[in-house]
Amino acid sequence: MMLTLIQAINDALKTEMRIDDRILVFGEDVGYVGGVFRATEGIQKEFGEKRCFDTPLSECGIIGTAVGMALYGMRPVAEIQFLDFIYPAFDQIVSEAAKMRYRSGGQFNVPLTIRTPYGGGIKGGHYHSQSTEALFAHTPGLKVVIPSTPEDAKGLLISSIRDEDPVIFLEPKRLYRSVKGEVPEGAYTTPFGKARFVKKGEDVSVFCYGAMVPICEAAAQEATQKGISVEVIDLRTLVPLDVDSILESARKTGRVVIVHEAVKTAGFGAEISALISESAIEYLKGPILRVCGFDTPFPYTFEHVYLPDAKRVLTAIEKAIQF
Amino acid sequence: MNNPMIQVLDLDGKVIDASMEPKLSEEKLQKLYRSMVLTRQLDERCLAMQRQGRIGFYVTSTGQEAVAASGLAMEATDWIFPAYREHAVGLVRGFPLKDFLAQLFGNDLDLVKGRQMPNHFAHRPTQYVSVSSPIGTQISQAVGAAMAAKIRGDKTVSITYFGDGGTSSNDFHAGMNFAGAFGAPCIFYCSNNQYAISVPLEKQTAQPLIAEKALAYGFKGIRVDGNDALAVYHVTKESADRAREGKGPTLIEAFTFRMGAHSSSDDPSRYCPKEKYEEWAKKDPIRRLKQYLIRKGIWSEEKDQALVESIKKEISETIEEVRKGAPPSLSTLFEDVYAEMPKTLLLQKEALLEEAKLKGTFEDTSEAFPL
Repeated sequence: MMLTLIQAINDALKTEMRIDDRILVFGEDVGYVGGVFRATEGIQKEFGEKRCFDTPLSECGIIGTAVGMALYGMRPVAEIQFLDFIYPAFDQIVSEAAKMRYRSGGQFNVPLTIRTPYGGGIKGGHYHSQSTEALFAHTPGLKVVIPSTPEDAKGLLISSIRDEDPVIFLEPKRLYRSVKGEVPEGAYTTPFGKARFVKKGEDVSVFCYGAMVPICEAAAQEATQKGISVEVIDLRTLVPLDVDSILESARKTGRVVIVHEAVKTAGFGAEISALISESAIEYLKGPILRVCGFDTPFPYTFEHVYLPDAKRVLTAIEKAIQF
Repeated sequence: MNNPMIQVLDLDGKVIDASMEPKLSEEKLQKLYRSMVLTRQLDERCLAMQRQGRIGFYVTSTGQEAVAASGLAMEATDWIFPAYREHAVGLVRGFPLKDFLAQLFGNDLDLVKGRQMPNHFAHRPTQYVSVSSPIGTQISQAVGAAMAAKIRGDKTVSITYFGDGGTSSNDFHAGMNFAGAFGAPCIFYCSNNQYAISVPLEKQTAQPLIAEKALAYGFKGIRVDGNDALAVYHVTKESADRAREGKGPTLIEAFTFRMGAHSSSDDPSRYCPKEKYEEWAKKDPIRRLKQYLIRKGIWSEEKDQALVESIKKEISETIEEVRKGAPPSLSTLFEDVYAEMPKTLLLQKEALLEEAKLKGTFEDTSEAFPL
């Protein structure tokens, strides 16, 4: 079936809820109205108010109670309306959910999925646009998942729900309705820690995820017309990270461009860069380049300047080749 | 301010109000009393071990042992979301002494594998959820477990513990609000010991009666003499019964006093007047329950002496047993971060094990804990 990314998320939730009655879906505006982006549309109607419900407006409360539900043996799927609103729950995420298994010696675990739209490109200003995945990737105990296609969105969300550990599932909101693709019917999982080779190539490796994937694809297409063969790799999960695929591609092409819309300094690109430097530097033909957001708060008017676009990515690809 | 403080026993252990006197079997009463005496003896012994440098840290609950009665009032299937001064609750519910003491040593006998500082217990069989250091985080979690129980139609109740300081935390407000809105079968047990480390209650909140805070969230708040084990049992049991019948949450304010320091690192003489200790020594929960048991004819000074001696012996023997544990194996440093170890972590583990082979031992140069 052809679905948009948000329809694939909706389908994943319904498909899995039909199989597993421990799954609870909740958050602000998630129940009756089906979410501000309509990701949970029709779920309360099909599964009732016990399994899909609206919560009071407190992110701290949503995640704190979700941790308790997960401890109790449920499979909570909590929605945080925008990633930018998650910080009241940060304590529960990084100090509680993430550490429960370790700090209890494996006696307790928190199989919790936190779905939240992230990223810019919808003219949402500072508080509806940020990409702070690195904060979560920097917290042991959390998994960080970012799909870029409808098929992956469904498979990765089902994997998240079935996972025994807490998962931050970041949804690229600018792709919610702008990408459409074939999605298999029924339940299936997309494994964590396996990057997707979007396009095979020989000259430059471009590592990206989420909303940057279509942009890198477009840049790669333009590069092909200029005679440059670009390999585009969608990481899909930052934690666990597909170390093998990253190194394999970097060793093959010897030229690396990393693209994310998050702030450059201490962004996840720095980690990929360090990984390649530590383990594959002898294969490199030039410096590892990063195309990222700037070290500023997310702007409104200059959003299109702040966000990497195909042109900036192409410039970096050419720079890597010309070194 | 018409929230009376519920009491069953007076300061001499005489029953003030027989209508609230719990109908507990002799066995249950002795179990309750024993857990309180055990907790007191552990305080003495563990604090001494901390002073001798044998363990790194300890939190005492001297003066607050009547909290045990709340644990006794809960069913085995209920969930406990403790703060860090509820040893008596764990012990009365069957948290084994060996596991309790091993946690303080953080060795390979420790259930939490040396991953938390002393006093941060976790015990799955008694559903005693892992203790956290940040204040209040367990409160909203308890509400979530209660919501889940209600959704599933289970007759399970959650109880969560915190101090007067904890009522200022985000999770207190969020948890109370969620519990009210969802009618969650949850008990909020606030041990109001009047100080959050050094900060007195009047600087914590403008509402001197913590029980009254429940009104803002649409449910019942009860004030109880937190040094009266029978009153604590009575209000907890009543709250648990109500929760089980679908009548929602309750906030219990147990008015009490910490007779010792906040922790082994704290010096309360810097902030708490001496007279306060004299005043509260008269309200000692263990003595009051002991007097009650003697009056009831099921206890005596001789039995008491024998109990204290046997507990001391048991503690000593158990310490001897658990202190002999070896350090946890180095690989446990990397385990239980996730159910499955990611590649990045696996590489770090292999690198460390390699380093260990070369180095032999790792020197521990940590300083003493200040809080």
